[in-house]
Amino acid sequence: MKYLLLINADAVDEAGKPPACTPADWMAYDKEVKEAGIFVSGESLADLVTATTVRVDAGGKRTVTDGPFAETREVLGGFYVIDVPDLDAALDWAARCPGARDGSITVRPVADF
Amino acid sequence: MTAPVEAVFREEYGRLLAALVRRFGDLDLAEEVTSEAIEAALLHWPSEGVPPKPGAWLMTTARRKAVDRLRRDRVLATRLAVLQVEADRAGPVPAVEAGADLPDDRLQLFFTCAHPALAADDRIALTLRCLGGLTTPEVARAFLVPAETMAKRITRAKKKIREARIPFRVPGQDELPERLPVVLQAIYSIFTEGYAAQRPDLAEEAIRLTRILHRLLPGEREIPGLLALMLLVHARRDARDGGLLLLAEQDRARWDRPMIDEGRNLVVAALTGGPPGPYGVQAAIAALHDEADDFASTDWPQIVALYDVLLAITPSPVVALNRAAAVAMRDGPQAGLDLLDELAGEPLLRGHHPYAAARADLLQRLGRRAEAESAYRDALHLAGSEAERALLRRRLGAL
Repeated sequence: MKYLLLINADAVDEAGKPPACTPADWMAYDKEVKEAGIFVSGESLADLVTATTVRVDAGGKRTVTDGPFAETREVLGGFYVIDVPDLDAALDWAARCPGARDGSITVRPVADF
Repeated sequence: MTAPVEAVFREEYGRLLAALVRRFGDLDLAEEVTSEAIEAALLHWPSEGVPPKPGAWLMTTARRKAVDRLRRDRVLATRLAVLQVEADRAGPVPAVEAGADLPDDRLQLFFTCAHPALAADDRIALTLRCLGGLTTPEVARAFLVPAETMAKRITRAKKKIREARIPFRVPGQDELPERLPVVLQAIYSIFTEGYAAQRPDLAEEAIRLTRILHRLLPGEREIPGLLALMLLVHARRDARDGGLLLLAEQDRARWDRPMIDEGRNLVVAALTGGPPGPYGVQAAIAALHDEADDFASTDWPQIVALYDVLLAITPSPVVALNRAAAVAMRDGPQAGLDLLDELAGEPLLRGHHPYAAARADLLQRLGRRAEAESAYRDALHLAGSEAERALLRRRLGAL
């Protein structure tokens, strides 16, 4: 069964503390996920200031806006899709992710149609 | 269903359901055929006699009904077949309990119903529904919500179990320290809810479920700890006058001595062989109360010492409040009041009527009548149940 792990990292301003996890931690985790044979896909997202939002209204008019900018403390920083037998296994992989220490991981099952 | 028959099937219900969940990996299907098998038993047993192995009879009937259902429903059958293949790859073989004609798979069901990925209220509702064998309207009555609301809540929780694939499995030894407290919390909530709602049957159901858990996981000391705590509190049920009488006012001759003895033996088991857990310590405090001839001669120094231990393992302002009340008995009301005033800023205690009631009691004992009256009025305003308000009104009237 496939699960999406949404990595919510703490937003860090210039005065804030840098994330506790190092690039080496992330590389080690990525290697583990791939070696366990559960990796489906995964990406790390570019900084939130580069985000753009698109909406199309009923008349077909397109609106493009800068952002969104986080109103909450945590922002989506990346994701993994993994294929594991059940939620307990997915939660274990989420708990091992460095992002769980810097912020939090939301685990969402992928709908099966 | 008549009451005695219901009692017989309540025990069978959880066992049967758990075995079917294990077999088919689907809670809805298992629930449906469990109910149908019990209905069939009620129809056939009175005329044909109870079969020599009633559990096996029920299981065979339920499995036959499940197979019929799967023949009719191809989509469900396909989905369950996939699940079964995965379960067969991973699942350990359950042990058969001596004397039982069915293996006992209920432990897995306890951990699924009280999975931390479910909302706390949903865990309690599912535990009552699946292991207690209560119907949805009965669970609704326990929560004081309309049956429809409870039906929606249970449906939503089961949908999460199915679609997020919360597994039916017993957590490994390394996971137990995280997972067992969640199961115990759900059961203890059933017990405390039973007290708040004047429902001794719910308190007894919580005790029954803890006994089952104790048999299935004999090595976990917090289980006898919780069982002891509930027995030692429940032993005072007849003397409480429906929650109207405080510990200090109860006729101790009406306490249930055999239940107290059982609880005391379990406390010893809970506190032997390792560091104490929070239920074991709370049970030890309850045991000291139950052992005392009267309120004044209770071993207050020992109770304060146990609250110190409890505060160290589970720091909480509510525990600090109970400790302050014990200190007031050991060192006098002023010492207790000083401690309570230190807790005045705690957000958790601001809306907590026992805090206001404890202050009122100590102010009264210090002869500060006007302040006591005002504190009792605060408590009355915050109290949630009619029994609690009745007690506070009586205390206020006696000033």
